Amino acid sequence: MLEVEGVHTYYGAIEALKGVDIEVREGEIVTLIGANGAGKSTLLMTICGSPRARRGQIRLRGKDITQAPMHEIVRQGVAQSPEGRRIFPRMTVLENLQMGAMTAHPDNFERNLGRAFELFPRLKERQHQRGGTLSGGEQQMLAIARALMSEPRLLLLDEPSLGLAPMVVKQIFQVIEQINREEKVTVFLVEQNAFHALRLADRGYVMVNGRIAMQGTGRELLADEEVRTAYLEGGH
Amino acid sequence: MEYFLQQLINGLTLGAIYGLIAIGYTMVYGIIGMINFAHGDIYMIGAFMAIIWFLVTGLLGITWVPLAILVMLVLSMIFTATYGWTIERFAYKPLRGSQRLAALISAIGMSIFLENYVQLLQGARVKPLQPMVQGGIAVMERADGFVVNLSYLQIIIMALTLALMLGFSQLISRTELGRRQRACEQDQTMAALLGVDVDRTISITFVIGAALAAVAGVMVTLYYGVIDFYIGFLAGLKAFTAAVLGGIGSITGAMVGGLLIGLIEAYWSAYFSVEYKDVAAFSILVLVLIFRPYGILGKPEIEKV
Repeated sequence: MLEVEGVHTYYGAIEALKGVDIEVREGEIVTLIGANGAGKSTLLMTICGSPRARRGQIRLRGKDITQAPMHEIVRQGVAQSPEGRRIFPRMTVLENLQMGAMTAHPDNFERNLGRAFELFPRLKERQHQRGGTLSGGEQQMLAIARALMSEPRLLLLDEPSLGLAPMVVKQIFQVIEQINREEKVTVFLVEQNAFHALRLADRGYVMVNGRIAMQGTGRELLADEEVRTAYLEGGH
Repeated sequence: MEYFLQQLINGLTLGAIYGLIAIGYTMVYGIIGMINFAHGDIYMIGAFMAIIWFLVTGLLGITWVPLAILVMLVLSMIFTATYGWTIERFAYKPLRGSQRLAALISAIGMSIFLENYVQLLQGARVKPLQPMVQGGIAVMERADGFVVNLSYLQIIIMALTLALMLGFSQLISRTELGRRQRACEQDQTMAALLGVDVDRTISITFVIGAALAAVAGVMVTLYYGVIDFYIGFLAGLKAFTAAVLGGIGSITGAMVGGLLIGLIEAYWSAYFSVEYKDVAAFSILVLVLIFRPYGILGKPEIEKV
């Protein structure tokens, strides 16, 4: 589904990604864990074309999208719920979802909207409220729902659990699993909450300082001594 | 009282024209955070288009006035919008991503260029247009014979502006295009992630702004009957003042600001001095910038994250 090969990304003179290789296969949930500033979000944004990879290649279902215009990449079936959620604050919940549906067929809008409200009933209650007035958890739900409105084949999620109450985190992870199982959406999940993420994922990568330091199945990484000390100690 | 009423009518007419220009400023500011100082000259181009297409309608033998005005309006909007698109494409787009100041300087350069371009092509003398719409309604008459007059042209200007405003706000609030524009205004990267072609949306914004300025240009040509290559400078500054007064970035604000500036000018000319009407308008700008920099309808830039 997604192949990232030797990707280098820079912010000005700073090299944020130093040759990253990652593969996400059709139907999988793959997670990327790592400390703050390791380059996880940069990788997700590089996949979507902003910032651009300076070297290396990104392929989606075999097709090179490394230099594709940003607005074309979503048309290839990639949707992202980005770092910081990036809800349009002065648009209503419904309008945010309509924005998400821009690249999907208009005939499917009602069905997709119904599905989004089914996954996140809170959004239905708040559909006429402005995005900026939602709580953090609701904004996260909206960000995921908005990404789903484009009927993606690959869903990129950037720290969906950040700053949320444990109850909400649990609900969001359930929904991710549900989307993957029921709608056959491939998921690439970036998380700091390594415990939850690795339990959910088929496979995982660990990123350190802009490089992939380790990879394996979710179970293997959970059992790994290094991963445990670096990312799981103290948590849960 | 009668005099007051007459100035109200005059002020609203003038304000409607300022408002139409102000929308272009406010939209462009909203979407790329830049003051398009060439926008006043776009309006001037619209005014020249009015005269050019007026001559063409004459050549074509269109004598029925409503049709002639309609043809002038539509063609002026199309051609002026093309100017808007071209200016964005060549003067601003290459500078996107560089410092804000770069685009601003480019805009000022574009403004000077357009003025000289029209001066060279059309000459420096004022261009007259014979009155196309005459007559009006006597609203009331004072004992001494002073008649409060609402001319048909004023009715046309106000009605057309109102219709455009309503249509335009529907476009922004209800259509897919409007949502795309608001999305780009709020978060361009996110809009692109969702599949919005940001460059194209910005181009469309310039096109719409220029088309509205063209309407203002046509109206002003019909209203005053004389134009020259330099009218864009002052009108542009006034409309910019209107946009800031209303709250830059807010479309309703631009309209409200335009009307207020028109009224202030009309009343100042009527009761104080005509010579200092521009001073009155720009003093308002200074006061607004000092006491309420985000304008009447604008919001301070605080968002819950």
